Amino acid sequence: MTQLRTPIGPDDHVSGPRDGPVQLVEYGDFECPSCGAAFPEVEHVRRALEGRLSFAFRHFPLSQVHPHAALAAEAAEAAAAQGRFWEMHRLLFENQEALDPDALVSYAEALGLDVDRFRTDLDERRHRQKVRRQFLDGARSGVNGTPTFFVNGQRHDGPFDADSLLEALGGGSSHRAY
Amino acid sequence: MSLEDLAGAPAVLVFYPADFTPVCGEELALFGELLPELEALGARVVGISVDSVWCHRAYADQRNIRFRLLSDFEPKGETSRRYGCYREDAGVCERALFVLDRDGKVFWSSVSPMDQNPGVDGVLDALERLRQEAGEGRGPEPLGREAQGEARP
Repeated sequence: MTQLRTPIGPDDHVSGPRDGPVQLVEYGDFECPSCGAAFPEVEHVRRALEGRLSFAFRHFPLSQVHPHAALAAEAAEAAAAQGRFWEMHRLLFENQEALDPDALVSYAEALGLDVDRFRTDLDERRHRQKVRRQFLDGARSGVNGTPTFFVNGQRHDGPFDADSLLEALGGGSSHRAY
Repeated sequence: MSLEDLAGAPAVLVFYPADFTPVCGEELALFGELLPELEALGARVVGISVDSVWCHRAYADQRNIRFRLLSDFEPKGETSRRYGCYREDAGVCERALFVLDRDGKVFWSSVSPMDQNPGVDGVLDALERLRQEAGEGRGPEPLGREAQGEARP
């Protein structure tokens, strides 16, 4: 029950190679403070395992407690539709306290996106289904809060500082990661 | 409210130790978030703890909880005891999940450590199995039972 049901696939935003020897999947919420705390840790892991790590971020917005989380996730998808998922992902985590619609549009402007298109995507909730799909799939994989990490397909229940993640990831591959 | 109020449809009972504790909040938030899917599987969801009705009300308001919270307050722990998930030493119920079939019989259950959010995957799996079995073995639902079983406070 703590195995990832859906491996990294074409629907995912992947940083690094798509089929790297080590795979990390995060279910996260842009308004969740713990996910914000995890962000620099994951950045560190990405740099440490560059070229070998496939990292996918999936949406798990808990809208009841984080009222801006779902739209922020959709904003990341709207940026992805213009090829800029990871840049938006960074901006959202770096500005967790400002995720209202105007702020989201200002991030799109900062990234030089087609703002009309971005705004329409949000207004019409064009990416809502995808976000919901990822949320449900996460729930079925045993995601019970955010952030939840899966290391090589297994839920990682330990701490999510960079060292702990690197240790978990190192255990799943043929040679030490660092 | 009694079990009969829930009869006629599968029910999900979410026993949790207390209002306003971090893990419960997350657990109930998760169940709330998945309420549409749980209801689409025909289930009614209730949360149960030994907190009083007034405490539940404040908790539900503050955390925007969208399903019913039942108070196992007087006589304290009676319902939890019947489900075998009351902790006499701590005076609260376990963090336990039950899926009941439409006749009120326990179909699936699990108990988690107090500090661990059990997630919703086990409940979703159980409801799907329940639906499959009902669909395969029991023929069509009798008309009108759904509406008749609607619980009222």
